Amino acid sequence: MITLVARPAPSRFWAWATPVLAVLATMIAGGVLFAILGKDPVEAIRVIFWDPLFGANAGYFRGQLFIKAGPLILIAAGLAVGFRAGIWNIGAEGQYIVGALCGASVALAAYPAESVLVFPAMVLAGALGGWAWGMIPALLKTRFGASEILVSLMLVYVAQNLLAWAAFGPLKNPQGFGFPGSRNLQQYPSAHNADLVAGSGIHWGVMAGFAALIGTYVLMSRHIAGFRIQIAGDAPKAARFAGVAPARLVAFCLGLSGALAGLAGMFEVAGPSGQITDSFGAGYGFTAIIVAFLGRLNPIGILLAGLLMALTYIGGDMAQLMLQLPAAAIQVFQGMLLFFLLGLDLLTNYTVKWGWARA
Amino acid sequence: MSASEPPLLRVEGLSKAYPGVLANDGVSVEIAAGQVHALLGENGAGKSTLVKMIYGLVRPDSGTMVLNGAPFAPADPHGARAAGVAMVFQHFSLFEALNVAENVALGMENPPPLRQLSARIRAVSDAYGLPLDPGRIVGDLSAGERQRVEIIRCLLQEPRLLIMDEPTSVLTPQEVEILFATLRQLAAEGTAILYISHKLEEIRSLCDHATILRGGRVVAHCDPRARTAHELAELMVGAELKLTDRAGRVSGEVVLAVAGLNMAPASAFGPSLKSVSFELRRGEVLGIGGVAGNGQEDLLASLSGERPSGPGMVVLKGEDVSTLGPNPRRTRGLLAAPEERLGHAAAPDMSLTENAVLTGTTRRKLTRHGFIDWRAARAFAAEIIAAYDVRTPGPQVAARALSGGNLQKFVIGREVLQAPEVLVVNQPTWGVDAAAAAAIRQALLDLAAGGAGVIVISQDLDELLEISDRFAALNEGRLSPPRATASLTLQEIGLSLGGAHGMKAAEVGA
Repeated sequence: MITLVARPAPSRFWAWATPVLAVLATMIAGGVLFAILGKDPVEAIRVIFWDPLFGANAGYFRGQLFIKAGPLILIAAGLAVGFRAGIWNIGAEGQYIVGALCGASVALAAYPAESVLVFPAMVLAGALGGWAWGMIPALLKTRFGASEILVSLMLVYVAQNLLAWAAFGPLKNPQGFGFPGSRNLQQYPSAHNADLVAGSGIHWGVMAGFAALIGTYVLMSRHIAGFRIQIAGDAPKAARFAGVAPARLVAFCLGLSGALAGLAGMFEVAGPSGQITDSFGAGYGFTAIIVAFLGRLNPIGILLAGLLMALTYIGGDMAQLMLQLPAAAIQVFQGMLLFFLLGLDLLTNYTVKWGWARA
Repeated sequence: MSASEPPLLRVEGLSKAYPGVLANDGVSVEIAAGQVHALLGENGAGKSTLVKMIYGLVRPDSGTMVLNGAPFAPADPHGARAAGVAMVFQHFSLFEALNVAENVALGMENPPPLRQLSARIRAVSDAYGLPLDPGRIVGDLSAGERQRVEIIRCLLQEPRLLIMDEPTSVLTPQEVEILFATLRQLAAEGTAILYISHKLEEIRSLCDHATILRGGRVVAHCDPRARTAHELAELMVGAELKLTDRAGRVSGEVVLAVAGLNMAPASAFGPSLKSVSFELRRGEVLGIGGVAGNGQEDLLASLSGERPSGPGMVVLKGEDVSTLGPNPRRTRGLLAAPEERLGHAAAPDMSLTENAVLTGTTRRKLTRHGFIDWRAARAFAAEIIAAYDVRTPGPQVAARALSGGNLQKFVIGREVLQAPEVLVVNQPTWGVDAAAAAAIRQALLDLAAGGAGVIVISQDLDELLEISDRFAALNEGRLSPPRATASLTLQEIGLSLGGAHGMKAAEVGA
């Protein structure tokens, strides 16, 4: 018989040990999964976790690591702020898409004019688009008490339809020979979000991700607004006593995470992706939720978790290519990571005792 | 009850250890049939652990119990009830949406049909003078009536030992009289009663024997009627007790005026505040008495700013602050300390430093351009800890690691050290040990002596009589006109608190 005994205070050791343990547990369970699929588990784990960093083409993959981690970190930084306040924005994927649509629209409207103002205008439009998409659940929550979890999640599907409509309709490349998808912004110098050092994978979006981590760190640990966000999550009644207005908090958190997700989308469409297509949404908005939790809602943790998740993306692609693993197996693998993390989180607040407990 | 007769319950050498604390250390008690036996002690003295062992909720590490001549080691409350032990808890376990009879049925092993049960409830309620209508919805009942539901639920089992945990903390003086009459009648019929309380006057009037616990050990067995309340208190505390000093206060001009304050209740079954009006002067302690659940929380929230009210209802130093939130009110000198320490007055998982920031940013310069000055915050927390004798390793400790009394001293100290012009506190000494309670009361009196206006909302009438200059009662959301405390008798106070709730309902029902 297993008994759980509440700790008097959350364990600092386990708060940081559980993510590591969760990664190990995921490797083991993932290995079992791959074995059942008839693949060599050790080989699969090596392809996913080792080869992209130290394998044959590691030089190329390291750049890819930042390209994948950039949006994850940028989105997760914003989500973590809201999660600390107990405001659950599950719809970052939608805000990401809308941010990309807005940023791309500005660029395509300006095309082919070359100006240094195009890119800043795109940044602004991307952030505003994501912010506006995030404010819809905020408004519905504060006005009508609607759950932001459901509303933000359902708005993802609205955004995906919006994306498909734009890719086949208004944003379609007039010189694209009828193929769906917009002009490629990589070929429009004023709008192109290129690598700051060619081949490094570090573009403005990655820099924005780092800036977001620093910004949210300062906000949460030094500023009174971050302090209030933290109390609102820990003890809502005490937060009201401290003068926190719940409606403003909801608007701030959903607005901030929406704006950062929108930025991530904008940097992606102007950079690595290059164009609006109906398959533009790659699930970064959902994976960022895992990144935020895996990183303990803490900036340094999010940085590490973002890189780790980027690794599973790249390694997953390689595993598909080299071992013919199905794409879904990699998604299951990522899902397991969150599952084990949340399960093992128990150790932070409880100690496990074996044997019968005496009351 | 003769000396030669064997006791109903004999407890011998009972010990129970929890991690880091010996809750009961070789406790021995004898309770005779028909005895009203008081169990006295401060919070943490081990009273609850002892009765939980008797009631089968906790298993002792060592020691024996003998009930009615047979060994008694209940594995669970079910076993204890089968052996004739019943218990009325301090916190009721009732469903508000169900009626009295349904609630009683839910607590029984084999409930009879409701109609039959209602008849039995009526019979017991008549026999013991506990007026109660079995058809009423529990949500509409006063705390005193709810307690009667619990008592009747116990009496239907015809227990030989009835344990009562702090039964009078929620009752008006009149309701206390009804309860005591019932308990005396039960004792006369041979039921033993184990009565837990720290209200010494009550114990002196009701009980014929007392066991005093301190730090998990029995420090005395005595006849409470032969001791003064002060002697009993010193036995409990193990030290001499200081009396509060209420000298040096001069009442000045009006600092806070509340006029026609109406407010809908925050919780489903609470009363709304109905045209609450009073004036508070500088240097004055205004006591607001009343049984919890009569609008106290809403009154505090409307004064602290957590729940803004209609314009003109709350006027501070001539300025209408009714629609302002908590921080603008703090800036203007109106501070508050809510009843619920963990989760409302303080955030449980946050450190004391962070909890100092919780309310301290406007009057103490703990922020610069919105950025928190953690060094100043730590210094402020340390200042509170030193000034109010908060027993804790330091300001980095999480609030939930502190005992109730220590955290309450921290919360009160945090507000007092911000030099408020008006301080509103709700249940400042609830669940706090005697020494800490005395320190808190003294802090409030000193604050008033310094020229601030203080409002103390409390269920503890003795406390209000001790420290307040004027007294008003909050009952069903209505506030009685404040009157000078010195001119009031306990009887008058009891009547202003609504007298004995629910007498009429039962007469109609019977």
